[in-house]
Amino acid sequence: MAGKTLYDKLWQDHVVRENDDGTALLYIDRHLVHEVTSPQAFEGLRLAGRRPWRTSANLAVADHNVPTTDRSGGIKDPTSRLQVDTLDRNCDEFGIVEFGMGDPRQGIVHVIGPEQGATQPGMTVVCGDSHTSTHGAIGALAFGIGTSEVEHALATQTLIQAKSKRMLVRVDGKVGPGVTAKDIILGIIGHIGTAGGTGYAIEYGGEAIRDLSVEGRMTICNMSIEAGARCGMVAVDDRTIEFMRGRPFAPSGELWDQAVEYWRTLHSDDDAEFDRVVVLDAADIQPQVSWGTSPEMVAPVGGRVPDPAEESDPVKRTGMERALEYMDLRAGTPLSEVRPDKIFIGSCTNSRIEDLRAAAEVVRGRRVADTIKLAMVVPGSGLVKKQAEDEGLDRIFTEAGFEWREPGCSMCLAMNADRLEPGERCASTSNRNFEGRQGQGGRTHLVSPAMAAAAAVAGHFVDVRNI
Amino acid sequence: MEPITQFKGVVAPLDRANVDTDAIIPKQFLKSIKRTGFGPNLFDEWRYMDQGEPGKDNSERPLNPDFVLNQPRYEGASVLLARRNFGCGSSREHAPWALLDFGFRVLVAPSFADIFYNNCTKNGILPVSLDEAIIEHLFQEVYETPGYTISVDLPNQVLETHFGDRHPFDIDAFRKHALVEGLDEIGLTLQHADEIRAYEARRRQSAPWLFAGGQ
Repeated sequence: MAGKTLYDKLWQDHVVRENDDGTALLYIDRHLVHEVTSPQAFEGLRLAGRRPWRTSANLAVADHNVPTTDRSGGIKDPTSRLQVDTLDRNCDEFGIVEFGMGDPRQGIVHVIGPEQGATQPGMTVVCGDSHTSTHGAIGALAFGIGTSEVEHALATQTLIQAKSKRMLVRVDGKVGPGVTAKDIILGIIGHIGTAGGTGYAIEYGGEAIRDLSVEGRMTICNMSIEAGARCGMVAVDDRTIEFMRGRPFAPSGELWDQAVEYWRTLHSDDDAEFDRVVVLDAADIQPQVSWGTSPEMVAPVGGRVPDPAEESDPVKRTGMERALEYMDLRAGTPLSEVRPDKIFIGSCTNSRIEDLRAAAEVVRGRRVADTIKLAMVVPGSGLVKKQAEDEGLDRIFTEAGFEWREPGCSMCLAMNADRLEPGERCASTSNRNFEGRQGQGGRTHLVSPAMAAAAAVAGHFVDVRNI
Repeated sequence: MEPITQFKGVVAPLDRANVDTDAIIPKQFLKSIKRTGFGPNLFDEWRYMDQGEPGKDNSERPLNPDFVLNQPRYEGASVLLARRNFGCGSSREHAPWALLDFGFRVLVAPSFADIFYNNCTKNGILPVSLDEAIIEHLFQEVYETPGYTISVDLPNQVLETHFGDRHPFDIDAFRKHALVEGLDEIGLTLQHADEIRAYEARRRQSAPWLFAGGQ
């Protein structure tokens, strides 16, 4: 009999019962809650007279709506304020731990989970947010859910799930200098497409993945959903265990030793079988820039905007034509001639300390180009912000002309005041370049933090390896 | 949720691949703390010529005459015909809520994104996946035939076109059951409360750190 994949092991350890119809009732160890997708779930509990099954399994934070400018006056937008107040009230009523807007630990839900050690290897982690896949980087089974399932998880500590197929994405060899986790995952999505992972749980492996820090692996797993997969994961290794050590919610003492012993089993067996295996050569991956309105529409920075006429699939061709029209780009234009108006460094994909260090390294001693209307850095959490300030990164950014903001989701989805105006073009370290994602009519180019920083100082996209 | 067994409705064709949930219901409308009222802002950026905001009177807003849902021939549509990877992106359940609130009960496409598909089945919307060639043919028929309807028979898993062509479709047994019965899944799961407690007791032995409580 073939060995087990990491996904098989995580799945098996959480099955409460197998149902006759092929689904399983899966136990949920950690439920992360934010203000946008939870109010209707709490309302559902109240209407049915239900309570959370296990209060301590939940951890809440407001991130989508919070302002990234001075917060002393609260939230100005009344609808945003109502949503954040509603989360506060619900957490009070049901006794759920919440990091409020004034808490130094507040931040993007997918940054604070691992940062606090609240998400751990071997856990099932869910949240009403598709980027929950981020937590798979530490060897957890983590996936996004809708609000009905948020209510189900609150009320029962379980979800009814059908098992996914298993995919291994292996990135062999070493990436070249200047090529980051973001470039690897954009390269993977460009290769398998935005529906390539639909129906699969993806495990990322190979030397280039193992070489990444745990934070880099989070960037990879974060964008699994952009490849269509609800969850992505990386096997536990020494780096994972070192990452967990000493975090506030992580086990300590004897329980730590016991946990580590279990965590060390969280990898696919040598003889495990996957339903699909995709292999990429790390050496082929260049710094990436997205040119269209879907995360699969990416090209190496040295490349050009592709020509829809060369696409044989009519549905894809129409999509490309529409994307070029929306993005106001012509086929054949070198990406290095594309000039952003705004720069956004942040989001659950790229707002951790390493991301800020990488961007600061490029910015150090340089100035944001005059043609850039706004360049902003939004740290992923209050603790990331503090760490960066302790390292002097904030000064590097502000002296170059960047704005240094408070933590939150910010211009990744523009639910707060941070957004693109119609027609504006942005070099963004976020995860989605959909039409209108960063503001109606706004045009998003997805890049790594170093590439966003390079575009900020050059005034156009440029290969970070050449500056 | 409202059960769905037999359903027949007028079809509106949305001829784009990779329609994401940001397009289905833009972020500014996610600030609502309710489940209803999203219909007037379904596909807001494509449907109107101006920028939509919560609280704005949508009846006063200029419509985009080119957008399919603004064309009189598709008025009252309750079946949406779409292209591959429909519903990709954000997990927002506001997307199916908006489709439902507008009046859609059946979606027909070559493929759907996983989370969106799941969210639909929790809200009484039936997503039907059919082969891409069949979908292409349906688009042609819809364009050529005013008043084009589609019927679905969920118990028998058959979609019937306006002209009587019958196409069987697949759906997981548990999703079908939930849709046909309009089930309260939480109530059903809580019937297994003893098994959940037994699991927790076992897990507390084998992985006690998971129950040590946070700080």
